[in-house]
Amino acid sequence: MDFTFSEDELLFRETINRFLATEASPEKLRDIWSGDIDASTLLSLISEQGLSALSVPEEQGGLALGDVAWSLMTQELGYHAIPDVFANSAYVATGLLTALDDSVSQKAEMLERICAGDLGFAIGHSCSPLVADADTADTLLLQQADEIHLLGAADVQTVPNASIDFSRRLSQVTWSAVPKTCIVSGEAGKKIWNDTFNRGAISVAGQLLGLAQRMLDLSVEYSLQRKQFGKEIGSFQAVKHQLADVAGKIEIAKPVLYRAACSLENHHPLSDIHISQARNFCSEAALLAARAGIQVHGAMGYTWEVDLQMYVKRAWALNNTWGDSIMHRARVQDYVLNSDIDLAPSKTFEAL
Amino acid sequence: MKLQFSPEQDAFRLEVRHWLAANVPKQKLPTYDTKAGFELHRQWEHKLFEAGFSMVMWPKEYGGRGCDLIDWLIFEEEYYGAGAPGRVNQNGQLLLGSTLLDFGTPEQKTHFLPRMASSEDMWAQAWSEPNAGSDMANISSKATLDGEHYVINGQKTWSTRAIYADWAFGLFRSQPGSERHHGLSFLLVPLNTEGVTIRPIKALDGEEAFAEIFFDDVKVPITNRIGDDGKGWHVAMATAGFERGLLLRSPARFQQPARRLVQLYRDNKAAADRDPAIAVAVSKCWSDAEAYALSAYNTVGRVNNGEKIGAESSLNKIFWSELDLLISQTAMDILGATGELLGSASLAQEHAYWLDAFLFAQAGPIYAGTNEIQRNIVAERMLGLPKK
Repeated sequence: MDFTFSEDELLFRETINRFLATEASPEKLRDIWSGDIDASTLLSLISEQGLSALSVPEEQGGLALGDVAWSLMTQELGYHAIPDVFANSAYVATGLLTALDDSVSQKAEMLERICAGDLGFAIGHSCSPLVADADTADTLLLQQADEIHLLGAADVQTVPNASIDFSRRLSQVTWSAVPKTCIVSGEAGKKIWNDTFNRGAISVAGQLLGLAQRMLDLSVEYSLQRKQFGKEIGSFQAVKHQLADVAGKIEIAKPVLYRAACSLENHHPLSDIHISQARNFCSEAALLAARAGIQVHGAMGYTWEVDLQMYVKRAWALNNTWGDSIMHRARVQDYVLNSDIDLAPSKTFEAL
Repeated sequence: MKLQFSPEQDAFRLEVRHWLAANVPKQKLPTYDTKAGFELHRQWEHKLFEAGFSMVMWPKEYGGRGCDLIDWLIFEEEYYGAGAPGRVNQNGQLLLGSTLLDFGTPEQKTHFLPRMASSEDMWAQAWSEPNAGSDMANISSKATLDGEHYVINGQKTWSTRAIYADWAFGLFRSQPGSERHHGLSFLLVPLNTEGVTIRPIKALDGEEAFAEIFFDDVKVPITNRIGDDGKGWHVAMATAGFERGLLLRSPARFQQPARRLVQLYRDNKAAADRDPAIAVAVSKCWSDAEAYALSAYNTVGRVNNGEKIGAESSLNKIFWSELDLLISQTAMDILGATGELLGSASLAQEHAYWLDAFLFAQAGPIYAGTNEIQRNIVAERMLGLPKK
């Protein structure tokens, strides 16, 4: 029993953080939000560091990084508000492609593309009527019941739908499910979609937790600069206690996220539940960090001018991405209240 | 990261489970806040000690079992899972015990720890004073050095189970003219010493659960001091840290009631579902209790790797005390019209359990440092916000 990360894993996280702090600073993020520059510049920089190869299997030249290590990575992606396409291609789609049977002829080639830095993958799952980055993707993996369909950009029509998070590119996708585009079906497809959904959900959980930490850091910083009644507003208990509560939500969410990652990596029978639990805790942290952040920033918190707004809006958007918050709460509630399972204190790590 | 128990850990769990199954009293013991209940709990503690299960994480030479903190978490899961009696000497064992292990002289450890593990000595805290509650540095009870003794004068209050205890531990102002956290000494006081008067205070449930202690020229040998003269604050803060944190309230202490709450909900589903918020609250209670358990294993892993746990222990204390309120309030909601019944009432079933839990939960955000103080600690020490 060792619920900690190795020094290598922590060093990896620190390296990613330092890199993204420079390359995805709030100023650069603002340029993406305002449409002045395309996110692809930032994404190319990330890929050039070899980060797109993180979860690609070793056979295709990747590093085969597992979900536990990714739970640190996704927090950094959230902290720096890196646009969706990176995590969706390099983590979620890579997981889906890796799970495909080797008989799927395009499998190796697609994984090699991701390994080489191609992030042009979009996943359409029935949990949402919208597909992130479908308008720019050259490869789309789309759900039709238990089937996985593989389509190229020319095979689909997309209608962009603008989001409150300006870095997000959501589209409605019109396409036809025909036998020739279907690469997996039946039980195999069902299992891959379930794992893909879970990986998407835990990717969002990690990002929400990273966003919560960023909003807390920005709010602490602001409360040390802003003075009223002759002193920093961070010295007032009413402000302190709000921020302390955010810190509490963040700290309690971390181990729940890590247990979920461990379950997913080890194919635990309760992965679904553990991942939804992680989502619930990470969402709570992010939503409280957003609310307290706006409150602590005062009127400035309601402006476009402060950096906080980008992280707040991304948190609100992600809260209902890869499964909405009601779905994740309901999944846990149904397990706790309606299953016959023994909930004894000794069961926390059973079968892991 | 490896979230599996070793074969040794699994074996230890089974050993604890089997012993508890054979030894936990079938009939729930009367509350340890009464004289009779206190003595029965003392006997239970002795039985635990004889089996080597009293203080599993203490070194063997001091009456423990030499286990690590993971084993302790396992022990706690089995202990609460088995519905074993509350730990009547926990304020001594968990708070003072940890302090003695860290700051005691070899003689003090050898003398006090085994007697504490066996509950031959029962311990009460003597921290608070009428004018030193959240502001503990405002302590004014004096300990005047006189040769080989301190002579104590003053008053302590909110001292849990002091009317039945044998010893008290606390901070006293030993350096004349000193202020705030300077000049305090950490002393151990036998409560049968001449000049000690103990007056019980009835708690919310009507039991004499805590007390005031008056000191009138009470002589205590200087060998009863832990740490240096005037340095008691530092020693006490370490104790307070343990108290707030993991030791005093292990996750199983909340997982077990959360499990009972789920059962209570299942047994009363039709009535409870008239308000969907109840199901949401029950699910949240269970999930929160499990999150606290995950957090504990994570913390213990970091401690085992040599990390120091700081202000996060304040977050733990806020989390479990608020969870305890939610669990018991939700149970009271489900019990509805009969929730107010005492255990002696004819319609009462498990009502006494929930009423006790509900009443005691009200104290959680207050004892061991109020949650307001904990939030200040988090804001100042974790987030770096200014003190004033």
